[in-house]
Amino acid sequence: MAAVELKEKQEAKARQSRRIAAKGNHAAALAARDVDVDVAAIYPITPQVQIAEKIAELVANGELDAEVIHVESEHSAMSAVIAAAATGARVFTATSSQGLELMHEMLYIASGLRQPVVMALATRALSAPINIWNDYSDAMSMRDTGWIIIFSENVQEVYDNLIQAYYIAEHPDVLLPTVVTLDGYILSHTVEPLELIPRDEVLSYAVKRPRGYRPVLDPDKPMTFGPVGAPNWYYEIKIQQIMAMREAPRVIEEAAREFEKRFGRRYGFIEEYMMDDAEVAIVSLGATASLVKAAVNRLREEGVKAGMVKIRVYRPFPAEQIAKALENVAAVGVLDRAVAFGGPLEGPLFLDIASTLAVRGMVKPMASFIHGLGGRDIFVKEVVEMFKKLQELARSGRSETRTLFYGVKSRTKLN
Amino acid sequence: MALSKPVRTVWDIPREEQFAPGHSMCQGCGAALVMRHLMKVAGKDAIVAMATGCVEVTTTLFPRTSWKNPWIHLAFENAGAVASGIEAALKALQRKGVVDSNRRIKVIAIAGDGGTFDIGLQSLSGMLERGHDVMYVVYDNEAYMNTGIQRSGATPLGAWTTTTPIGKRMRGEMRPKKDIIGIALAHRIPYIATANPAYPTDMIEKFRRALETRGPSLVHVFSPCTPGWRIKNEHTIEVSRLAVQTGMWVQLEIVNGKPRVTVKVPKRKHVRHYLKIQGRFRHLTEEEIEQIQRMVDQHVEEINRWVGEQAIGPVVE
Repeated sequence: MAAVELKEKQEAKARQSRRIAAKGNHAAALAARDVDVDVAAIYPITPQVQIAEKIAELVANGELDAEVIHVESEHSAMSAVIAAAATGARVFTATSSQGLELMHEMLYIASGLRQPVVMALATRALSAPINIWNDYSDAMSMRDTGWIIIFSENVQEVYDNLIQAYYIAEHPDVLLPTVVTLDGYILSHTVEPLELIPRDEVLSYAVKRPRGYRPVLDPDKPMTFGPVGAPNWYYEIKIQQIMAMREAPRVIEEAAREFEKRFGRRYGFIEEYMMDDAEVAIVSLGATASLVKAAVNRLREEGVKAGMVKIRVYRPFPAEQIAKALENVAAVGVLDRAVAFGGPLEGPLFLDIASTLAVRGMVKPMASFIHGLGGRDIFVKEVVEMFKKLQELARSGRSETRTLFYGVKSRTKLN
Repeated sequence: MALSKPVRTVWDIPREEQFAPGHSMCQGCGAALVMRHLMKVAGKDAIVAMATGCVEVTTTLFPRTSWKNPWIHLAFENAGAVASGIEAALKALQRKGVVDSNRRIKVIAIAGDGGTFDIGLQSLSGMLERGHDVMYVVYDNEAYMNTGIQRSGATPLGAWTTTTPIGKRMRGEMRPKKDIIGIALAHRIPYIATANPAYPTDMIEKFRRALETRGPSLVHVFSPCTPGWRIKNEHTIEVSRLAVQTGMWVQLEIVNGKPRVTVKVPKRKHVRHYLKIQGRFRHLTEEEIEQIQRMVDQHVEEINRWVGEQAIGPVVE
């Protein structure tokens, strides 16, 4: 018994010694170092730029043995890493906002060619007007591109999610590009404690598979990648991509289970907070979820049975888990930090949640909340207001048929 | 490894084919000849990165392929970036012992004039500037032939295309061809050449030297398009030869900035011979032909001055 205790103590001490203070951007670069990427394409854009700088620094110091391609645009960054992945290398790149939009064409090509590209996305608003602050407009623009999308809530998650991303993306049953988000400034530039994992342990978890486990550009086994897919074949190839997306949850779960077994930190597709007896719940993403948690805490003090659901894996969408989590609540709100312009309701995540519940016959009052566009601060009291709105809806039994915009100066004109 | 000994006669051209028949390129296609010979020289140890274009769509209709080499196509504008990614990956994998480090695997980027002069210029520039060990081949058919003969930055003055039609106010392409060699030269890359399928040994030898070059190289290849240029299928080589003989196309090789004309033309033909054989120049008046002649004369003068000898002679009828 004493031996076990001693071992635990030692382990705790070892873990403590691996704790550093890091910004989200640096955590992303350190994850790329610890999985030993072979090729990184770097191009600066705010607020991702420190990832590019850190990668360059790690390579310059000899801490990371990778080829760095100083590309001339994000379009070329994505093109180069897709090609490098197709040659058999482990690859990494990072971007934000307009950079992601410039990559957009290549995002579909990465998934269509089934290349396990891994990218960090420091989320940021889209132009116009130009705005460098946080929201999820950029991330939402890639939701239909065939990428696995994982949202992070804090700096530790940025690091852990990226390591898991390599496990998932390079898995032979998946072979899909994967993006891990970190909220621009809120995580990218905020220093938080970060517990690193020794590199050999990372590499024994996210194993670099031997050459030949998947087809690559190899003169000994010549293959044609990216040919013309006429109507007689295109559809079948897309179906295989859909099948891979459907297969992905199994691997994502396996990646999380294995991660917990080795490193002790547990990750699900979603995270439920105070949902056991919740009557009203708000669904949200990324760092915003922390704020919703704070609002839940405040409401619980007042005796309101509030709860929160955070979505970690946004694509493939964990519909089953979300439906189950929301089964017993009386009203559901969705807090979006992006806009689906001209949609039936304007919150993109709301549309996902609404269809998740609708096809399961779960009819309950719902509301689409939009807040925090372009880095507008959200305050706990505003989220509390949203919960109060949900209580109202629960009582009346009716959904809000129009999106509710919070925190906007001209809100009255909109509603 | 690519062909190591110099190509002086047709007997030096490898017999092995790396570019398979059965593709759907047009009869008399210049690019088909270019690809076949390029791949003969490249041999097995080469990876091809191709931009969207005629060659891409006609040689890789799934589930068929003409490429016996590893081959990849991502999009129209990024052959340079794709090749950069492959080259970087090979470098890293060779350094880490995943790929045999003694083996020289050459990366070849291939794009048409649209994918090089226009939409692909940025990614080409990035690749050249970063010094990747990549051979870039541009097959220049002087318009967007894949989409049906629309002008590009490589379309020559006076040429008819569907977007530079002949009407009351417009008489074909209004501007001269973009100087892609000048652009490549400005990047100070070790090897630049122009090639032409009418001079196969010269073309193949240039491919060989470009492949041997360590660092970026660019070979600009003349590539007649029978439907786009409105020429007979059997006129591909004739029109290619006339381009050189009239001075419309100069066979250059620029090694570390030092230029040389590889196919000298002591007695130049009038551009009329080159223009008259092609339907795309049918509308030109005598006056317009003379204008093109004067432009070529001036260009020839510049080339001669640049290479320091009279490599291209005067017009002798």
